[in-house]
Parts: sequence; C-alpha cells; structure tokens
Amino acid sequence: MANTIEQTEAEIIDEFSLFDSWDDKYEYIIDLGKKLAPLPDEYKKEENKVKGCQSTVWLVADYRDGNVYYQAESDAVIVKGLISMLIRVLSGHTPDEILNANMDFINKIGMTSHLAQTRSNGLLAMVRQMKNYALAFKSIKFDA
Amino acid sequence: METATINAIHTFDVTAIRKDFPILNREVKGHPLVYLDNAATSQKPQSVIDALVHYYSFNNANVHRGIHSLAEEATADFEATRDAVKDFINAASREEIIYTRGTTEGINLVAYTWARQNLKPGDEVIISGMEHHSNIVPWQIICEQNNARLKVIPVNDSGELLMDEYRTLLNDRTRLVAVNHVSNAMGTVNPVKEIIQLAHEIGAVVLIDGAQSTMHLDIDVQDLDCDFFVFSSHKLLGPTGMGILYGKKDILDAMPVFAGGGEMIKEVTFEKTTYNELPYKFEAGTPNIADAIALKPAIDYINKIGKDNIRRHEDLLLNHATERLRSIDGLQIIGDNDHKVSVLSFVISGVHPQDVGILLDNKGIAVRTGHHCAEPLMNRFCVPGTIRASFALYNTIEEVDKLAEGLAKAVKILR
Repeated sequence: MANTIEQTEAEIIDEFSLFDSWDDKYEYIIDLGKKLAPLPDEYKKEENKVKGCQSTVWLVADYRDGNVYYQAESDAVIVKGLISMLIRVLSGHTPDEILNANMDFINKIGMTSHLAQTRSNGLLAMVRQMKNYALAFKSIKFDA
Repeated sequence: METATINAIHTFDVTAIRKDFPILNREVKGHPLVYLDNAATSQKPQSVIDALVHYYSFNNANVHRGIHSLAEEATADFEATRDAVKDFINAASREEIIYTRGTTEGINLVAYTWARQNLKPGDEVIISGMEHHSNIVPWQIICEQNNARLKVIPVNDSGELLMDEYRTLLNDRTRLVAVNHVSNAMGTVNPVKEIIQLAHEIGAVVLIDGAQSTMHLDIDVQDLDCDFFVFSSHKLLGPTGMGILYGKKDILDAMPVFAGGGEMIKEVTFEKTTYNELPYKFEAGTPNIADAIALKPAIDYINKIGKDNIRRHEDLLLNHATERLRSIDGLQIIGDNDHKVSVLSFVISGVHPQDVGILLDNKGIAVRTGHHCAEPLMNRFCVPGTIRASFALYNTIEEVDKLAEGLAKAVKILR
C-alpha cells in the first residue's frame, strides 16, 4: 500500500529533523536536485513553464489509472531539490487527494520562512500549478 | 604597494564609519551581516535615521503654507535639502532641483513633459544597451505615442559603450540621448561628458541617469553640461521614496507641467490656472517631507567623509574582490573593464546565480542575483542573470574575503 500524502509529508519532516544546521539541509536539497530525473527536452517549452522568480521551472503531468504523475525540472539546483520533494509528496495520487493536500511540510521544514518571499512565491507557484493539473484531470474524469 | 594599501584603509577608518550604521550590527542566519547589495540600496547612517525620527516627533507639519512655527521650521529644513543638493551636484541655482520619488519618477517626468511635447513623428531617442528598465520603458512608451524611434548604442564584450556606433547613430532627427552614468548591472562608468558634447553638437538634449554614480563619483552638472540629471536618495545613504531631477532652468521653464494639484499652482479659477515658479511647478501635492529633510544629513555624511576617500576605499574593495574571485574556476566577470565603480557582476559556469544567492544568504552575505532590471543587457551577454556584489564605504576587505570563501564553498556544493 502506497503512502498517503500526509504520510510522505511526515517522512520528509522526520528526515529534516535529523539535520543540525541549514548547511546540512541545503546540502540535502541540492543532492535531491542533482538526483532528479531530467525532463526530456521536448517538454521544455514555453507552455510548460511555471512563472516563478529567477529560475526557470518546467512542469508536466500525466493522468493514468485515476492518478496524477508529475515530472519537472529547473535550471537551478536548489529549486530542483524543492520540486523533487513536491513530486515525492503529490505524484501518484488522485486529483482529489492532491487538491485537498495542505502541503504543510513546506512550513514545517522551515522552507517558507527561510527562503525569501519572492523565492517561496516561486515554490507556491509550483504547488498551485500542480493543483491546477489535478483540477484539470478531475474535470476530464467527470466529462467522460 | 602593500604598505600603501594598508595606509589607505588606516586613513579612511572603516571601523569608525561602520559604527555610524546601526544595521551593520545585526546578524543574518546566525552570521554577522555582510551587506554587498549596495547598488540596490545603501544602508543609512544614524544621522539620517535620527532626522526622520526628529521630524515626526518634533517638527511634523505641512510645508510652505502654514503660518505657524512648526510649518516654518519644517519648511526651512525641507528647503535646506534643496540647497545641499544644489551644492552636491554643483547646479547653477536651487530652482533647478526638483524633488521626485526617485530616479524612475524623474525619468518619467521628463518623458511625459519634455519628450511628449518635443518628439515629432520620425524623431529619434538614443539610449544605450546597458540601461536599467527605468531608462528604457518610459522612452518606449513616449516613442510609441509620438511615433518617434528608439535607437540603442551597442555594448562591447567588456561591457563598454561602442562610441563609434554612438557617433553614427547621431543625426539631425536625434532629439534626446538618455544614458546611465554608471551601469547598475556591471559598474561600468560611461564617458558621459563626451556623450553629452557629441549630442549637443547636433542640438539634442541629454538626460543622465545618475542613480549609480552619485554615491561614488564627483558630480558637477555644469561641467558635464547635461540637460537633465536624475538620481535617488536611497542609493546615497538617504531615505527611500525621495529623488532628484536636475534640469537646466531654461529647459524646465519651457516644459509643460507634469502632475496637477496643490503647490504647483499660482492661481486657480475654473477658467484658467496659472502655474507656480520653479521648482514648485513640478512638485504637486504635499511632498515627501520627512524623506526630503533626511536626505540632507546623508549628503552631509558623504561630504564629511569625502567622495575621493569613498572612491579610493571602494576601488580597493573592488580590486581585491576582482582578484580573489578570478581564482574561482569557471567564473566570468560581466563587464570586465578598467572604468568601473563599486560593482562586480559575474556568472559561474555550471552554477545558477539563484542557487549561489541562496547559499550566500545562508552565510549572512547579501548579494543580488538575477537580471538587475537590465534584461536587454543580460541577453547581450547570453546569460539569464548574474551574481552582483556591490560595495560601499562601510564594507571591509574581510567582508570581501568572506564573499570569496562563501562563493568557493557554494560552487563546490553546487557542482
């Protein structure tokens, strides 16, 4: 049985509680970013861009067997690490589950307060875009 | 060489200067603040902060109209700044000093009055390839409205203006040249005196954006012979929301008014309104009194230290930073030339500027990353943005070393 969104959030909060310093947290996020699977070039186009701040983020989503699957990439590695966590939390869930997720882990691991306003807006823009995909897939489901 | 360097620091006494800037005592993310974002805004000395507090706690009154003591005192302080600014940039008269909200408003004022009145269809405005968006967009708007054309002086690989290209752009349709004195994104000092002279030879008017130069270089608007000179208070130790438009008196006199309202009028009837004299003709409504008053102690502070001393110290920091950062593998300076003040802008191969900015911030080091509101320039160098460290009189060699160490460490983690 796969994790619920809340369970994955709790896992990430646990992992972050092991770090003593922000240096360690950032090194971990950077490592996640480096490990994120690259997005195929054909997806790196204007319509897949998330309007964030200083870095470019591409986000695409698939809908299979009632679940939404995300792929994303950025030209900045810390952003990539953050996206990697968002994908880990939301990918593979139903549109309803995704739409109901409160994503509180972002606060609990200190990212909202630690990243400057403009940058965490970028993070929130990504969450919003992921939820938009979920909403779109949900309406397709009802139409069919 | 080494001895001269130490003496220069010693005479300047940066330790004493730092004590005047209370914010420099704070910590960021558990580290002492290293503030290297001075091209965005400078920190404020205690005397400026005190002037703001004093005004609101002792002197607050509307200026020019009141007959009571408070109004008279506030007006005297408010107008004292105008005299200080006049001397600071060596304007011929105090009427040539117009208070604005900042550089951007100053440029817009000239665009919406002088340019709107004087640009005819087919006329040309020349800007440069290294302008801040504030010195691009107002001209684009007016050129579109008046069917005029915008021309751009190109920039070479070292981040300098191509003066030969500028000469070929000048012609009998050129009405206005608007360029920055110092590039905010690279620190390049442009040969504005020559630019002005060449423009005047064909009868064009020149606006100099002094936002990045006024803190660092001696400004003498009469010697430059510019027609307009604009700058912001907050980049020269003063408060935000306050700026200056200098204009030659005959040009300002001939210009239509900008905003209408109180203060800028002489007489109002429903049939016709006559306008006030300079400089009040351009200062509609209750002005930014407190910030105007607190600009004077900022100017006094700079005068007390001396621009020559400030420049020498900043050059020392810039040279040291340039030398240290060059040793970072894959680092490329954007605007690598010998005519610069205070700004070091760079990219590092394989590393995104935003990532570097976040990791430096984590060490309490404040730099600017991004396009610096100069997207056309970033496109010219084919970079999405740069990392920019910009120095001020209160920065130290040790802080530059912290930047170099922080960068080396960031690059190691990020690559």
